[in-house]
Amino acid sequence: MTEAAPTPALKIENLRIALPKGSDRPFALDGLSLEVKRGEVVCLVGESGSGKSLTAGAIMRLLPEPHVHVAGGAIFVQGEDILAKSDKEMKAMRGERVSMIFQEPMTALNPQKTVGWQIDEVLRLHTDLSRAGRKARVIEMLERVHIPDPASAYHAYPHQVSGGQRQRVMIAMALCLSPGLIIADEPTTALDVTTQLQILKLIRELQEQEGAGVLFITHDFGVVAQIADHVVVLKQGEMVESGPASQVLNAPQHPYTQALIASVPSLTPPPAKCFDAAPVVLKGTGLTKTFAARGGLFSGRRKSVTAVDNLTFELRRGETLGVVGESGSGKTTVSRIVTRLLEADSGAVELDGTDLLACSPREMRAMRKHIQMVFQDPMASLNPRKRVVDLIAQGPIVHGENRKKARAQARELLELVELSPAAANRFPHEFSGGQRQRIGIARALALRPKVIVADEPVSALDVSVQAQVLRLLADLRDQMNLSLLFVTHDLRVAAQLCDRIIVMQHGEIVEAGETAAIFADPQHEYTRNLLSSIPGRDWTPPKSATNAA
Amino acid sequence: MSLPIPPILSYALRRLFQAVPVIILIMIGTFLLLKLAPGDTVDALVGDMGGADAAFIERLRAEYGLDQSVWVQLWRYMAKLAMFDFGWSFVYEQPVSRILLDRLGTTLLLMATSLSMAFTIGIVLGAIAARRAYSLTDNLISTLGLIFYATPSFFLSLMMILLFSVKLGWLPVGGIKTITGFYTGWDHVADVARHLIMPTAALSLIYLSFYLRLMRASVLEVAELDYVRTARAKGAGETRLMVHHIMRNALLPVVTLLGLQFSTVLGGSVVVETIFTLPGLGQLAYQSVIQRDMNTLMGIIFLCSIIVVVVNFLTDLLYARLDSRIQLK
Repeated sequence: MTEAAPTPALKIENLRIALPKGSDRPFALDGLSLEVKRGEVVCLVGESGSGKSLTAGAIMRLLPEPHVHVAGGAIFVQGEDILAKSDKEMKAMRGERVSMIFQEPMTALNPQKTVGWQIDEVLRLHTDLSRAGRKARVIEMLERVHIPDPASAYHAYPHQVSGGQRQRVMIAMALCLSPGLIIADEPTTALDVTTQLQILKLIRELQEQEGAGVLFITHDFGVVAQIADHVVVLKQGEMVESGPASQVLNAPQHPYTQALIASVPSLTPPPAKCFDAAPVVLKGTGLTKTFAARGGLFSGRRKSVTAVDNLTFELRRGETLGVVGESGSGKTTVSRIVTRLLEADSGAVELDGTDLLACSPREMRAMRKHIQMVFQDPMASLNPRKRVVDLIAQGPIVHGENRKKARAQARELLELVELSPAAANRFPHEFSGGQRQRIGIARALALRPKVIVADEPVSALDVSVQAQVLRLLADLRDQMNLSLLFVTHDLRVAAQLCDRIIVMQHGEIVEAGETAAIFADPQHEYTRNLLSSIPGRDWTPPKSATNAA
Repeated sequence: MSLPIPPILSYALRRLFQAVPVIILIMIGTFLLLKLAPGDTVDALVGDMGGADAAFIERLRAEYGLDQSVWVQLWRYMAKLAMFDFGWSFVYEQPVSRILLDRLGTTLLLMATSLSMAFTIGIVLGAIAARRAYSLTDNLISTLGLIFYATPSFFLSLMMILLFSVKLGWLPVGGIKTITGFYTGWDHVADVARHLIMPTAALSLIYLSFYLRLMRASVLEVAELDYVRTARAKGAGETRLMVHHIMRNALLPVVTLLGLQFSTVLGGSVVVETIFTLPGLGQLAYQSVIQRDMNTLMGIIFLCSIIVVVVNFLTDLLYARLDSRIQLK
């Protein structure tokens, strides 16, 4: 165990993880070798199903055994062969020598225990500190992760602190005993862009102080550009490329890495097109929506929240208007009001001159075919018990189309969204995420709408699939002269697809204008903050002529 | 006016206000339903006497106020009820309130023992079954649970009497205590406990299987959640995981069921008390229906409504205590 060179924080040799029989491939991970030195951040990058998270599970020895198990290779954590350890020895290592930060800080913390208790648990498990000593240490940790008022945060429950703060608590928990190796599994994926930047900086800062090695798992090349010293790219369980961050990011060697990086939307918007001559298709005026949390007959009223406040916008024919902002800014409420899935308190939504909000339910049913929606989660928004052809044809049939004709059109639409016509008779679960979103788009197009409202349509997709779906949306928009109202939190995506954007904060528009102009010269403080928080904004993905949009 | 009222107190007061219209509606509904049933107290009394002439029956009806219209009777009854006057039982020849007080203890005792036994054993067995899911132990526990669930309590009661009282002679057939025993102190407690064993078992086994099945599913679900994985990654062992991270979260849906089922257990006690001749509200209810003792029956229903409301309130308090995300407002 004594080596001449300093022992790396983590060394993986030829790791192989077997999947249960009947899976799509025999090994989730096949022949992975990597090394994380002390004081180094190694990013493990790959799309969903690449085996990144199982690698983390194998290092922690927390794989769902016996179904998924290590079938070969070796893992050394600070020089110790963890595959040779007993369960008891492993338990002693977890939390003390190697710790983990998880993706979703809301679900990764026990809702019934205070923040302080949960950090304290690590100390209770691994140290002999007194109760007072532990409490002092926990508060010190909360301070180090920059949580305001650590003493009161100690007694708070997870639901009482914000998402970013929860992730800080996770980090405090992971760093409590100064482990030599930290595994961070997509730690910022669930966070808003400004919070994400803060957390990435925090991880970097603490890691430099502690000199720990970090294995950082992510699917986001922007995050890689922000934090990585070294990059390992996984594709379907196989390591396709490994090297220093600057080399992999700027001169990728393997075609898969090249394709992945080419899919990252560039932050430079395409030159603005002029829509001044095009007629206004959709116009929102003075839209306001307040959510009053109402109690029962005898219980008092709770505080109300203004989700959208006096919002006004115009969308012209063939144009794409982006609605961007962080969670809670009211973006989704806007998309729901415009499609009248949610009733606004006041204001008007004019579609070709007809005020949708003033329509009777019967009139609204007729108007619906002109304005259709594409949802975020393509799995949840398609009825799992209906065949694809019926899902697509349903709209036209409801609006009086002949069944046979509607089905024939549905098959044509599948071709339009680049799915094989054979897909028509299958069920949604038989498709991948990207294919399901294509079905969602075909369903929206079936009624030949004038306007499509897309609420985060690509945020659940892998980057390469995201690029394909964005290109498809752009192509269809141009072919059919569609107007798109595009809600997104991802400024890279907005930069590529939207002609104009409105930036929302606390239900209000803080800035609106042409995408290129706003990206080049943001006027409002909030917009500037958003743009400067985009991970890896100083890195321009090298790419060929194949642009995302 | 702005005295700081503790949230729990203001919550309790509000719940009390909410309960009043519910109980009034229950009483009006029950009163009208009972009036729809053929026959009244006088019919039952006259039947017991072996018949009487029409004039006497008329006089009796007038005396009891039964000659008035249903609405007048309802109004009179509700007005008295508002003063907590339950009226007079013409069958037992004493105030209804006294009968109720005599019987309440037995029923509450039976329900408390049955529910606590069903709850405790149910969650423990459910947790064991979940931790050894799909093993022989799990199969055994789940199958037993299914059998209890499928067996009607009257059948179970009769079979137990047949086995433990008639064949083996271990336990008393019925009643709440040995009438000729005149026990005092701990001997009295032991005597009552012996009498309660079979009724409690009969009443609790069905509910035990509910809790068992729900707890098993709940533990299995919680064990897969992210925060359990987090605790494992911190180095927590299986016992610690179970005690601190899984059990408390898994208990929440079971506690909800506990409150909801209280009223059905109260209903179940009618059958069990009648079979084991326990002098409780259930048996009293059964006799009052047979004898058309309207006042007593209404009193029982009023009392039961209040018990259910109180228990649901206590369940909510317990729930708020268990789940930090819930705040009483």
